[in-house]
Amino acid sequence: MTDLQALETETLKAIEEATTEKTLEDVRVAALGKKGNISELMKGLGKMSPEERKEMGPALNGLKDRVGDAVASRKAALYEAALTERLATERVDVSLPVRPTPLEAGRIHPLSQVMDEITTIFCDLGFAVEEGPDIESDFYNFEALNFPEGHPAREMHDTFYFNERADGTRPLLRTHTSPVQVRTMEKGKPPFRFIAPGRTFRCDSDQTHTPQFHQVEGLVVDKDTHMGHLKWALEEFLRAFFETEGVEIRFRPSFFPFTEPSMEADVRCARLGNEIRIGEGDDWLEILGCGMVHPNVLKSAGIDPEVYQGFAFGVGIDRLAMLKYGIPDLRAFFETDLRWLRHYGFSALDVPTLAGGLSS
Amino acid sequence: MKFTLSWLKDHLETDASLETIVETLTMVGLEVEGVVDPAAALAPFAVARIVEAVPHPDADKLRLCKVEALVEGKLQTLQVVCGAPNARTGLLGIFAPSGATIPSNGMVLKPTKIRGVESNGMMCSERELELSDEHNGIIELEGEFAVGTPAADALGHNDPVIEIAITPNRPDCLGVYGVARDLAAAGLGTLKTRPALKLSDAFKSPVGIELNFAAGTESACPVFAGRMVKGVKNGPSPKWLRERLTAIGLRPINALVDVTNYISYDQGRPLHVYDAAKLSGNLKARLGKGETFLALDGKEYTADDTMTVIADDACVLGFGGIMGGEESGSTETTVDVFIESAYFDPNRTAATGRKTGIISDARYRFERGIDPASTLEGADRAAAMIMELCGGTVSERVVAGAVPDTREVISFDPARVAKLTGLTLGRDEIQTILSKLGFEVVEASNGLLSVTAPTWRPDIFGSADLVEEVVRIHGLHEVTSTPLPKSAAVASPVLSIGQKRLRTVRRSLAARGFVEAVTWSFIPQTHAALFGGENEVAPLALANPISTDMSHMRPSILPGLVAAAGRNMAKGARDIMLFEAGQHYDGDQPGDQALVAVGIRQGTAGVTGSGRHWQGGAKPVDVFDVKADAVTVLAGLGVKVENLQIAADAPGWYHPGRSGVLRMGPKNVLARFGELHPSVLNALDVAGPIVAFEVLLDAVPTPKAKATKSKPALTIPDLQPVRRDFAFIVAKNMNADVLIRAAAGADKKLIVDVTLFDRFEGGSLGADEKSLAIEVTLQPTEKTLTDDELEAVSTKIVAMVTKATGGRLRG
Repeated sequence: MTDLQALETETLKAIEEATTEKTLEDVRVAALGKKGNISELMKGLGKMSPEERKEMGPALNGLKDRVGDAVASRKAALYEAALTERLATERVDVSLPVRPTPLEAGRIHPLSQVMDEITTIFCDLGFAVEEGPDIESDFYNFEALNFPEGHPAREMHDTFYFNERADGTRPLLRTHTSPVQVRTMEKGKPPFRFIAPGRTFRCDSDQTHTPQFHQVEGLVVDKDTHMGHLKWALEEFLRAFFETEGVEIRFRPSFFPFTEPSMEADVRCARLGNEIRIGEGDDWLEILGCGMVHPNVLKSAGIDPEVYQGFAFGVGIDRLAMLKYGIPDLRAFFETDLRWLRHYGFSALDVPTLAGGLSS
Repeated sequence: MKFTLSWLKDHLETDASLETIVETLTMVGLEVEGVVDPAAALAPFAVARIVEAVPHPDADKLRLCKVEALVEGKLQTLQVVCGAPNARTGLLGIFAPSGATIPSNGMVLKPTKIRGVESNGMMCSERELELSDEHNGIIELEGEFAVGTPAADALGHNDPVIEIAITPNRPDCLGVYGVARDLAAAGLGTLKTRPALKLSDAFKSPVGIELNFAAGTESACPVFAGRMVKGVKNGPSPKWLRERLTAIGLRPINALVDVTNYISYDQGRPLHVYDAAKLSGNLKARLGKGETFLALDGKEYTADDTMTVIADDACVLGFGGIMGGEESGSTETTVDVFIESAYFDPNRTAATGRKTGIISDARYRFERGIDPASTLEGADRAAAMIMELCGGTVSERVVAGAVPDTREVISFDPARVAKLTGLTLGRDEIQTILSKLGFEVVEASNGLLSVTAPTWRPDIFGSADLVEEVVRIHGLHEVTSTPLPKSAAVASPVLSIGQKRLRTVRRSLAARGFVEAVTWSFIPQTHAALFGGENEVAPLALANPISTDMSHMRPSILPGLVAAAGRNMAKGARDIMLFEAGQHYDGDQPGDQALVAVGIRQGTAGVTGSGRHWQGGAKPVDVFDVKADAVTVLAGLGVKVENLQIAADAPGWYHPGRSGVLRMGPKNVLARFGELHPSVLNALDVAGPIVAFEVLLDAVPTPKAKATKSKPALTIPDLQPVRRDFAFIVAKNMNADVLIRAAAGADKKLIVDVTLFDRFEGGSLGADEKSLAIEVTLQPTEKTLTDDELEAVSTKIVAMVTKATGGRLRG
């Protein structure tokens, strides 16, 4: 028995002293391997008398288990120590910069963003979105909109023309989005409720005018649509667009050949230095032109003005973008200066929604 | 249109303040563009008296004055050194106290010493106050004013000038009288009645008037009236008239001309005066016959047969309603004057104006439509005013033609006001407003109102016009917001397929790191020709471009983006990624517009990053970066990209060997991509390489509407996929695409993916050969593949690839 105790003491010491998995394995094999000293002793059990076996059996099994456990435990400790040592050598400088993400670099132009905002709002007000071509005929840009040939109002439009064609017609660049009124009404039946955003052109270039700009036209035609509805629609739109409460519109009489009565709409604002805040203050800012659709325009589109009536408005998208996002210069919209685009542009994921808010 | 407050009050009896008048003008549709109150600039200055003026002890030309002035509300006597020769005891002038800023030079006065003597403030000259160029001495006031009277009052410079914008439909407000009428109707006072003109005709006019128009053109000038005034003494107009004209920006010329200008602005009635001594025979209004004459602006014009001219027996004198002639005009020496008051057709006047380019007050009024009924009275009014200012005797009135009756009679239902505006106004108020504006309103038997428009309102045609008149005078601010009926509780989608695509494309490109640009629709001819061909872009030329840099509509967005990249590079930008999604133009017709998404990458702005980096720098951009962009855009639009054909026949602005197109079927090109042609970049003066893609959004087929939103059932196989690699040696010019498709086609059921993972040239391969290696993924669905089955598929793959490519399996 004392031999066994000495063997145990010696083996456990060897296990304890093993510093590598290799030496530990050698100790294990020397003790518990096929020819290990403990295994050899176990083999001897068969030759023993039942009495001897009864005594030695449990003693040997106990020894085998304790040595086995000690090996396992030492193995775990060695693994743990080795891992700790390895991890200690695997330290990197996590402050090193990663590659910039494309998502961070990309930008949506303020015009596209604002067009998306406008569409989102008017969709909720039940407006469809219609479109028309940039290149127009005299008929759609002027005649159908009640601009008589030679009328001074035509000259106010500073129209870009193409050269006269063989058939005597002279295409032009639309000076407003209003041609879409007639184009859309022609192909459908009342009632109508739509907006028509798009690019427009005037032969004019100075600090506040660019030869191309963008407008959104709005048209509602039904049997009883009146000026009060127009005021409401504009107020609702501007309230939602500027994301502010208490937007108030003031109508002033004006003149557009395609509306009668015609009005300019001013919106209540406060001027704080260069900043204009919509929805507060005691000042007024001219923001758009509008009016009740002229009976002659309805007739041009084949609609009976005795039965149907409605309103139309046109507002500058570039201007709305400038006002909302404090962009000082219209010309910069089209100059494609990357510094400007990165500053005033929007992230790809800034998708305007009514549920989440138009702007973040 | 400008006028002064006192001028307005000639016609409007009112107690309203300037502020109220300005506010009301804007609210009735006569938008005030500016108010200049000359008194504001003179506010620091007031009347002062020199109570004593003695020579300066140390300077011959200076005087030492004791000035009695009102300073800070107290009457004080101040010592002022003055250099003016007219500074003398008892003079009443205008004093600028210390602290005041002198308008002419911006100098701020402060107490000072001049040649050793104290001086407080300054007595002013007219030039110093910017009243005139007079600087020979200080202002000497005529008449008696209390010391301390504001300078503006003492000098009569206290009449505010109001400028309003007149919309083209309101020629009646191109005269102060018309403006007063609108204000009176809006409740701001009473319109004064114009005193009747009493002219005692002294003689028969030796000059007659003829209207010589061929049938069909009589409308050019339906009525022409005139009077002669004999024995006038022409010269400068009186001060009040000169001041009024100057205040509104007109230059006083002489009394005769000033009278016509004054009546034009006062009544909106343009007139012309001739020196009768320079006329030969009768005045004739007729169309031109190609004659040339010298107009008042000193330029020669030729009158063609569409233009109305006034001529005498000898020659053409001027364009009717636009501009008179240099020869026949009045001068300081004119003694007998003939007054022309006529009505000229607005359209013909406008057309002549456009053709000749002449801009004049007369054209401006006639082309908008003056009051035809003012024709006869206009001649009388001018004659009376000329006699008042220049003396003389007047002839009888001569008239040719008849005043046309242009008035519309409208059967008007007052309920239209409420129907169109939502405002409920009483029938009485509607009638009153219309009457005050000069409309004749009578009850018609059918319960409607019969409304006759006044002669001065050529813009009134129908009920809607009357509604506008009523509500603009009543007050548009009373229109109440009324919710539009909501058509559906939850809004339905509204975007067209094209609009949805634009949104998707923009967001997907921005997410890839592209910056969105919006460039001009117009580009220079040279740029257009590079991307559309010299002859092909000719129809894209604008007839009146704003500059040669913006002469043509763009046949492609690319030149605009490349030029923008160049501008940014010049400012130090690098590795540029720009895109624009919008329209380009294939011709000059409305249908010639196409929607495209175009992007460029420059420098090292590749798909996996750009610039230098500690993990490895980026390579210069290449065709595969933009191929990836084009494929991404198309995939985002729902196109099954794996079904597209790829061909190497991109347009000429691409590098012929490093570009391609993505087609659906043999003809429908959905996208083009590649490195831009070096000579195109050279012509655009931008350093390359730049790679570009163009996705032709209109070419992408519209997806078919699906019967159900339900997606097809999903079967997820339980069995593991098996992967096998193959390497083939093929001809160098063989498209990889052919190999991949052939492999994939070997067993369409079993093969779910073919990935090309290696490409190799050189080594032991022939000069015309390359090696392409693919990984094929096989997905068994029912049972695990046996070795024999795997072998069979592999053999088939090799057979298909060798057949399609003419290549061989790499040993």
